[in-house]
This record gives sequence, structure tokens and C-alpha cells, in this order.
Amino acid sequence: MAPLSSPSLPDRALLLWMYERMGLIREFEERLKTLVERGVPVGPVHFYTGQEAVAVGVCAALRPGDWIASTHRGHGHCIAKGVDVRPMMAELYGKATGTNRGKGGSMHITDVRVGMLGVNPIVGMGVPHAVGAALSARVRGTDEVAVAFFGEGATSMGVVHEAMNMAAVWSLPVVFVCENNGYAQATPVEYAVAANRISDRAAAYRMPGVTVDGQDVLAVLEAAREAVRRGRAGDGPSLVECMTYRYHGHHQGDETLRYRTADEERTARERDCLRRFREVLSAQGFAVAEIDGIDARNRERLDEAIAFAESSPLPGPEELLADVYVETRS
Amino acid sequence: MSVEVAARELTFSQAINEALRLAMRRDPTVIVMGEDVAGAAGRAHLGLSDAWGGPLRATRGLIGEFGPQRVIDTPISEMGFVGAAVGAAMTGLRPVVEIMFADLIGCCYDQIINQAAKMHYMMGGQVDLPLVIRTAYGMHGFKRSYGGGAAAQHSQTLYAVLAHVPGLKVVVPSTAYNAKGLTLAAIRDNGPVVVMEHKFLGSAAKGPVPEGDYVVPIGKAEIVRRGTDVTLCGIGRMTHVCLEAAELLAARGTSAEVVDVLTLAPLDEATILASVARTHRLVVVDEDTPTASMARDIAARVADKGFDWLDGPIKTVTAPEAPVPFAAVLEALYAPQAANVVAAVDELFG
Repeated sequence: MAPLSSPSLPDRALLLWMYERMGLIREFEERLKTLVERGVPVGPVHFYTGQEAVAVGVCAALRPGDWIASTHRGHGHCIAKGVDVRPMMAELYGKATGTNRGKGGSMHITDVRVGMLGVNPIVGMGVPHAVGAALSARVRGTDEVAVAFFGEGATSMGVVHEAMNMAAVWSLPVVFVCENNGYAQATPVEYAVAANRISDRAAAYRMPGVTVDGQDVLAVLEAAREAVRRGRAGDGPSLVECMTYRYHGHHQGDETLRYRTADEERTARERDCLRRFREVLSAQGFAVAEIDGIDARNRERLDEAIAFAESSPLPGPEELLADVYVETRS
Repeated sequence: MSVEVAARELTFSQAINEALRLAMRRDPTVIVMGEDVAGAAGRAHLGLSDAWGGPLRATRGLIGEFGPQRVIDTPISEMGFVGAAVGAAMTGLRPVVEIMFADLIGCCYDQIINQAAKMHYMMGGQVDLPLVIRTAYGMHGFKRSYGGGAAAQHSQTLYAVLAHVPGLKVVVPSTAYNAKGLTLAAIRDNGPVVVMEHKFLGSAAKGPVPEGDYVVPIGKAEIVRRGTDVTLCGIGRMTHVCLEAAELLAARGTSAEVVDVLTLAPLDEATILASVARTHRLVVVDEDTPTASMARDIAARVADKGFDWLDGPIKTVTAPEAPVPFAAVLEALYAPQAANVVAAVDELFG
């Protein structure tokens, strides 16, 4: 297996934070999958399993005040940016204690307090929101940076190109992060995208574009740090393409072997981002017990999150009509 | 003093300009974005700036006072810049976005109906979305000046497809006075508000406008002429058509009350119903095409809640079920005119 890149390893605390977040995402998604299989009515969900290094590598380069806009496959982005898994799980259960008070579900999880501007299931539509957040940062005189996550499928949406053009024209602090997992639903990237690499698109918008191994959290971090540095310095947007793979179907119930081979899936899993990162940590001298302890703590967190979700109250009928319009205080 | 101030007259577009200027002075988070809201972007070094000041000149001069950081010319990217305005509204700004013509909402409909309109609700109330979308609608009707002869894709009255979506407020000013007050109210609102500005009124509706800050409340209709025999309900320019019809009717001894709807969503049912309770007859006048229109929505609501007051069927006078034609002779037949309204009233009393 290829060693993970490690030009300058981040400090110990950040390494452990990244491992903990990647593991927490994996645990969240796999536990959620068992809940779905048990018939818990969590609505449509798009598992992030396999792509953890992208969300965590990018968010490890951000500050708490920075912003991210997400996709339909957004649980990983939420957890990486610091959304609490208990209200996340409660949201999936449609409970009043959910991040969105049970009114959004998986496809709309949002927590603006941690800079998470929303899971967004209309493909590509979250991307200009990041441009707007970056514009807002400039007008408000802050040095916040905004990240737009999107899949390779979204690069076929005009709005993504409009957003890239505007960010470049206005030289805004936006990091466009393309998670290229190879498939838009059941449509392979090589069929739908007339480019060898998504990062080639960057040249059309006068910004740097790189393609990195999205299964290597340190490679993602390094690219994200450079893009964030550029943005914060006022040098404009960047495009980072992360080559990754989703282990499960497009959504629950999707049978992946109807459009990709078992061989391909096996090969992809051999490059599992969590296992590879665990090996890096071992090689760096982290004790197995410490790493196992993080895994154990993540399992407990999910136990707690599920218990919290199950024991939380359902929204009352008054919620049906609450917040249709925004209350305006004079 | 106040009498002197009230006597000052502005056009509809000048009134909106003043509203924007006041809001921007008062609140540094208010920004204006759109295609050629200034014009000649980036050409200040050549002494060129503010080439357009907006397609209807409503934003002229703002860049001089507030600079390009807050008066932002956009590329032709409606979906992109409305989306950027949504993101900016989520993160501390109060953007006022101009979509040149209402016909162009097709280019940004997702950001309006799926993003802006629903965010506050589907995110559990955690985000406010103080976004204003200004857009010009309608056709001129008679003269071949600005807004006339623009045909099927630059003349529409597409407010029903916005008012239909829960979470969006939609206002349609009819005078310079309420254009300023509704625009200020829209900017102050913490949710998304669409301000539909009739192209013809933009330059033609001149009237007294107080200086300084005031709001015309969103969600309130206004009775603009008192009458006893029939209620004429108008939207935007059609309010003027209703007033014209009311004059013609008065000359024939019929007393018409005219309600200016002003806000389409949320609709002020109470004012309309109260008027119908007094007059017992209703004609709704709408420049939009009839199917699934505001005219029929208002008619349906009054039929539902005010049936016992009615002495006759509710009439609607609308554009025909057709796109807006180009040829002047055909265009002249398109939008409702006072004579059409009088004919509808005649049917009620026939």
C-alpha cells in the first residue's frame, strides 16, 4: 500500500482530532446503516462512508469562524465541522431536539453556530452559498474563508460554474472542494464529465486547481491548507479535487453492483482512509491503546446519540406552521 | 413643515432609489447586487462609472455613495448571484438583489423557491434570511416606450409562481409612496421578500413621497377609494386601472370601492373580505394570465369565506390565456383596461 504523504506532519493534537473525527463519521454512518436496515424511518439518507478523509482533511484546515456549504451526502461535513452527533441523530429521527427541530431531516442538517450552512440535496445549489458567505466575510471586514463541497456530478450544473466565475472575478476567499467519488447516482464520471480531471476546470476560472488522493487525509489537509491560506491572504479562490470512493450506494437501498464491479469495490476498500491513517499514527508512535480508546469513545458517542434521539420528544403539531415566515423585530 | 415635505414628488424609481439609499446609510450590512446595478464595473480608472444604475435606473448613484464593495455588479449569472445573496444573507448581510426582469426568475428559481423560501423553516428557525429580490414585471400596454413591445419573454407578470411558495413574501407596490415604504419594509424584514416593480410605473407613477424613513407594512392591503356598490381589487398597475374604472362607473352612478392588494403573500384577506362585506360584489383585476393566478386565488378565498355577503358571482379580469404578443395592436389587447373592468361590473348589475 502506498504510504500516506507526510511532508510536515501536523501536531499531535490535530492528528488525534482528525482520527477521532474520521472515526466518528464512520461510526455514525455505519450505525445509521444498521438503523435503516432495522427499519427505523430516518427518511432518505446518503452515506458518507469511505469519503471521511475529504471532510476531515478540509475542515482540519479551517477555523471555527469559517463556513462550509455541503451536499446531499453531508453527514461527514457536519461532523467534521463540529456539529454535535446527538442533535444530528435526533434530526434523522424527526425529533424536536434535532439540529433542525425535526423539520429538515438528513438532507437539510444545518448548524450555523459552527459555520455549517446546510446539507443541500439540490445538486450544486449550496456552492453559491459559500461564495455568498465569502462575500459577506469581505463586506463585514473579517478574514473568514468559505468552503463549497460538491461532488463530481455537480460540476455538470451551471450554477457551479457561475459560482466559480463569480468567486474568481471578485477574488473571494472560497475553496471549491470537489469530492470525486466516481459516480453521480449510477452514472460514471467518465461518461458524464468531458474533462480528464475536474481540477482542469480551474484554469477556466483563473484559479489554481489540484487533484489529490482523497483517501489520504494528510494529502487533503495539505492541499486544503494551501487553498485556505490563499483565500485568507486575499489571493482568491482555489479548486481542490479529492479522488475518493463511496462504499455504499447513492442512497440506502441502492444496489451498487448494478453499475460497478465487485472487483472495483474491493480495490477501493483496500485504500481505506481510516485504516491508512491509523497506520500513520502507529508509525508516528501513537500507542495502540490510545487509538483504540478513540474508537471506543466514538462507539459510546453513537450509543449516546441514538439513545438521545430515541428518548427525545416528537415535535408538537404547532411546529407544522412555526417558522414559515421569519419573525421580524422592529 | 410636514405639509411642505409631503408635497415633494418623486417617480416610483426615484422613490425606490431613495429607499435603498436610506437603508444603506442606516445599516452597513445592506448591499445591492445585480446586473448593471451600477454599470461600467471596474472602469473607474477611465473616469467611467454608474453607466446604467440599474435597468430601470433605480440604483443610479448608489455606487458613488457606497462604493463597489456594497453596490456589486454581477456577471450574467442569476442562479449564481441569487445563490450568493442567499449565502450572504445567512452569514450577516442584508442583500438587495435585482433580477432585471421577472421573466428571468426561471434562471434562478431554485435559489428562490428551494433555498431562500424554505431555509428558515427547514433549518428549524436557526437562520434568518434577510434577502430582498427586486424585479421588474409587466408590459407597457399602449406606448412603445420602455417596457412596451418586449413580447413574450420580457413582459410577464410572474408573481403567482412566487406567491405560491410558502416562506416567500411578495409585494407589489403601485405608487411612488408605497414603493418606497414597501422597499424599506422589505429590507427590514428578516426573511426573503420579493418586490415586484411594474415597468410602466417605474417612470410613470409620480407622486408625493415624504423624505426620511417610513415603512408601508407588508401584509396589508389598502382601500384607496371608498365606494358602496362593488369592490374592485387591483394589483400593481391594475390598481390604477381599477381607479380609472371607478371614475367611469361613478359617472354612471355606480359607486366602486378600490382595494390595492399591495402584498400577495401573505395576503391580507381581512381587508378584502371587509370591503366585500360592505359592497357585496367583487371584481379582481390582474395583469397575469388566469390559470392558477392571484385573481382566482383571491376569488376562491372570498367565495370560501365571504360567500354569504355576495350578491353576485365574483368576476376576474385578467390577461388572456396566452403569452404576451409583440405587435402593438395585439399587445394593446393584452392587459386589462378600465373598459374591461366596467364591462365586468356591468355583468354584475346586468
